[in-house]
Amino acid sequence: MADSKTPLLDQLEAGPWPSFVTEIKRMVPEKPAAQDLLGLLEVSYEEKKGHWKHGGIVGVMGYGGGVIGRYTDMPEQFPNVSEFHTVRLNQPSGWFYNTKSLRTICDLWEKRGSGLTNLHGSTGDIVLLGTKTEELQPIFDEFSEQGFDLGGSGSDLRTPSCCCGMARCEYSCIDAMDICHNLTNEFQDELHRPMWPYKFKIKVSGCANDCVASIARSDFAIIGTWKDDLQVDQEGVREYVKNGLELEDLVIDRCPTAAMSWDGNELKIDNKECVRCMHCINVMPKALRPGKEKGASILIGGKATILQSAFLGWVLVPFMEMKKDNNYEEVKDLLDKIWDWWDENGKVRERVGETICRLGMRNFLRAAELDPIPQMVYRPRANPYVFWWPEEVK
Amino acid sequence: MAKTDIGPPHYEQMLPPIIKENYGKWKYHEILKPGVLVHVSETGDKLFTVRVGSPRLVSIYFIRDLCDLADKYCDGYLRFTSRHNVEFLLGKEENVEPLLAELKEKELPVGGTGNSISNMVHTQGWVHCHTPATDASGIVKAVMDELFEYFETMKLPAKLRISLACCLNMCGAVHCSDIAILGIHRKVPTVNHESLKSSCEIPTVIASCPTAAIRPNPKLKSVEIKEERCMYCGNCYTMCPSIHIIDPENDAVSIWVGGKVSNARSAPMFSRLAVPFLPNNPPRWPEVVESVKQLVEVYAANAKKGERMGEWIERIGWEKFFEISGLDFTDKHIDDFTHAVTTFRSTTQFKW
Repeated sequence: MADSKTPLLDQLEAGPWPSFVTEIKRMVPEKPAAQDLLGLLEVSYEEKKGHWKHGGIVGVMGYGGGVIGRYTDMPEQFPNVSEFHTVRLNQPSGWFYNTKSLRTICDLWEKRGSGLTNLHGSTGDIVLLGTKTEELQPIFDEFSEQGFDLGGSGSDLRTPSCCCGMARCEYSCIDAMDICHNLTNEFQDELHRPMWPYKFKIKVSGCANDCVASIARSDFAIIGTWKDDLQVDQEGVREYVKNGLELEDLVIDRCPTAAMSWDGNELKIDNKECVRCMHCINVMPKALRPGKEKGASILIGGKATILQSAFLGWVLVPFMEMKKDNNYEEVKDLLDKIWDWWDENGKVRERVGETICRLGMRNFLRAAELDPIPQMVYRPRANPYVFWWPEEVK
Repeated sequence: MAKTDIGPPHYEQMLPPIIKENYGKWKYHEILKPGVLVHVSETGDKLFTVRVGSPRLVSIYFIRDLCDLADKYCDGYLRFTSRHNVEFLLGKEENVEPLLAELKEKELPVGGTGNSISNMVHTQGWVHCHTPATDASGIVKAVMDELFEYFETMKLPAKLRISLACCLNMCGAVHCSDIAILGIHRKVPTVNHESLKSSCEIPTVIASCPTAAIRPNPKLKSVEIKEERCMYCGNCYTMCPSIHIIDPENDAVSIWVGGKVSNARSAPMFSRLAVPFLPNNPPRWPEVVESVKQLVEVYAANAKKGERMGEWIERIGWEKFFEISGLDFTDKHIDDFTHAVTTFRSTTQFKW
């Protein structure tokens, strides 16, 4: 084991926010790997650069993803992190746990790995941080025995994630947790065996507040919404006003389509103008609720910067009913069509949004068998370079 | 041999009885005080939530501590949020204060609700990634220490979401945060021709470049980089370890502002460049911490109640934002990539 002095990292143990350095140190008495991780990180803090090599190919039988190989470039000085691989596990929908399950994860990981974790990773998985190659198959076998499965990595479907939905939120217009669980199980093959141009992420938010950032962080965003009128409890509105809510300033004037008015007694909403942004409901949850005809808007193409810039998802289906009793077949059918087209046409490391940009939304819509509608765009094109289909000209 | 393709455990087994009984029946919620929520059901049942900050990188001992608390006060159930907070779920109101007292004793911070700064979404950094331009957990710790009062209170004009990504791959999806901290490279990578020959696929490397700056060098069985086209995204390095972009002397930290993902009031927005360069200065990144704090304070002092950072800036105009914040506006702030044209001002309407 290397020198145990970490004067730079020690400075990150001071202050009121809980310290990750303290957390790594808690594993030191038991795990030489934790000691070497600290030593290696201290070197990074001294030199201002990372000391992990590009991952090698490691994995478990029958799967093409879920494990990320990680090796340090300083194996002589820090032999206990010479192999320090990541294991991703599918999180339960909404990140709810009973303590028995969490303790099981802890016990298995104490036996087979560093004892360090991320709760949770960027995509939502349970991330087990650091183990040796020889431990990977036993880890998978033992977690599988306890009802856990691996997440995605590489060019596959990543573990879908969702907000707490109807479990603990009155805003949720769809059963986000059930949709997430159902899709995750339906697409196990896509999740575990990379076969696409690049990664594909699905996220499910119960309402337009989008607590899982699905519009920004997923290729395929399912966001709860409604079609009919907002539900208003006028007595509830009056109660808010009586208790000092500045209704005009904080609600009426902030409505993005100026669809609300207040005569001192009754809140009027022009529901034709409502764009279901959630603002008024957020301010007055005791008085206002989403409508009753609920479903989801589906958006396509969201992603971070690499390669052709970040995209926010684009409206693909303004409203889709999310029917549990038919097993969400409509959304699965749409996903299958999208994947067929992207798999056929996407270049290596091209996210579906980028393929759409390169080949044109019209081609994509045709493959997805969706009719173009004005809700898909802010405004129509201004340039005259219009493509025509062969059947449209003589 | 393990069972394969079993998927995650079913969420139903992870839900406390009060949630199972009231699933889909929640009527409204209130924030009782910072970090404490109550959700009220149509049945009259009440569920109390206590939100706690976590460093995200946690040991099994931390998780077991959480489990002990959840067993004692929450019938053995808890959850995590999309921003890495922990939420204790209490069916009994009388357990709230004892839990808060024990959390205080254990120095676990309670807050992150309403108009606060919640936990920072962030990436792996030097702890466990092969492409970082800076660390993640260290900067998060330093920033959250400095802004701690905003986690524990709800005194900001609206919620403020800060995130960090340690390189331009942006695993932390910082492109839509009120304030984003991003590790950057600033120099063209160098090619190790000798190792590239044997360790990288040349067509893949060429295809990885978003500006077509990489072309083959058949003589060396390698590639060369057209320097004036390279924008230091590092994607070639992700694909090929022989193209070195990590550069401790020049790698740095940048700050971006005004993004949001919620559709409330305004449409979701990208974060936009505020500070193009701050030194990468471990272990506590004082320049980054100071800059973020200044941005929070400028926002807090100037935005209207209920206005997110981006909404405030869009209302007053970016030209006024640079004036009020005192930040320099440079050629780095003007976009020259995919969305560039959409950001150029095509009107004579602007403010002095």
